[in-house]
Amino acid sequence: MAQIVLDGVTVTAPGDDETTILGETSLRLTERRIALIGGNGSGKSTLARLLNGLTAPATGSVRVDDLDTVRDGAAVRRRVGFVFTDPDSQLVMPTCAEDVALSLRRTRLPKAERRERAVEILGTYGLAHLADVSVHSLSGGQKQLLAVAGVLATDPDVIVADEPTTLLDLHNTRRIADLLFGLRQQVVLVTHDLELATRCDRALVIAGGVIAFDGDPAEAAASYRESVSR
Amino acid sequence: MTASLLGMYRPGTTVVHRLAVGPKLATLAAFAVAVTLLRGPWSALCFLAAAVAVALWARIGVRATARAMRPILFLATVFAGFQLWRVGWPLAVEVAGDLLSLVLLAVVVTATTPTDDVIDAITRACEPLRRFGVDPERVGLAIALMMRAVPDILDIASQTRDAAKARGLERDPRALLVPLALRTVARARATGDALAARGIVDD
Repeated sequence: MAQIVLDGVTVTAPGDDETTILGETSLRLTERRIALIGGNGSGKSTLARLLNGLTAPATGSVRVDDLDTVRDGAAVRRRVGFVFTDPDSQLVMPTCAEDVALSLRRTRLPKAERRERAVEILGTYGLAHLADVSVHSLSGGQKQLLAVAGVLATDPDVIVADEPTTLLDLHNTRRIADLLFGLRQQVVLVTHDLELATRCDRALVIAGGVIAFDGDPAEAAASYRESVSR
Repeated sequence: MTASLLGMYRPGTTVVHRLAVGPKLATLAAFAVAVTLLRGPWSALCFLAAAVAVALWARIGVRATARAMRPILFLATVFAGFQLWRVGWPLAVEVAGDLLSLVLLAVVVTATTPTDDVIDAITRACEPLRRFGVDPERVGLAIALMMRAVPDILDIASQTRDAAKARGLERDPRALLVPLALRTVARARATGDALAARGIVDD
């Protein structure tokens, strides 16, 4: 598993150093499946975005396998894939095959091979028949599946998924969850779904920009439920 | 989906599909120059007839094309109406014909060319500019994203219109324009984040 280390990290609001979004946090994330749970605006997505270098810390450092997410951003992003809540913002090309092929551009494969590989990858996720279909015409579940396929195309070591099932129905939630939990990669899952969280090896509850609980997922879920009912 | 064809590739096997992207873009550019230089209603009608012929030849679908062209048809009607009132029918026909023929041919090019091919062609064309600090890959990707943004923005506009209608505000331009602008900017930022997260802008 990758070694993800946060050392004295804080995050402040863009253009406003006075407003803290994430208070001083030090963590070592080495488990295979890690859940980040918490209410809206708690700071859990900010914590997730730090891991891929999408958000830069105001103080402290985030390192993935000793690579700094700010200094070595490109290398970190090759190791850490990111799945967004809304696949519509993640899918940037017109057709499914083109979108997966876009991820493969950095492999420098010739175009024909990229296309072939993209269709192969789509096949792995049961989407080969949609290769030339417009991403606009896909269902929500298919879009999220395609977004995950696009991220996995470059075979990263870590997948950070920011509420990937929030917009999905029960069937597609299970489909995406089973896919994520079946991966060889380390997965950091931001979720409101406590059932999914309890399938992880470790869970962190984030409240008001600080880690309120860190440990066993069942206990974390209980702690979160209790904080909500208070 | 208001614009299933604008900026959207539709696979096919026609001669237009098989034509290399370079000649296609060059033809589109030459067509645009000719449309701009040749004045008068008859040349405009000839250009429109030629664009329709190419669209039919490319078999990109009459209904989908008509649906994609609807917003442009509306604009062309407004412009033509204005010219008819101010100048006369020849200029009205010229303006509408030129606009429709250009957009239709552009639709044919985007509908028959994989976006990846467009990126590659633009990247190759911009290669000499590398010595001046231009990143050709980035230019190609930006143009591909621009093509992808057309149906996206039309989708957002359609959703915004529905939302305004649901609140009884369909006649209030602020209820249409403000959310459209904000959501378009938000979508652009989200796309930027997605590209960064996928490491596409790193290389």
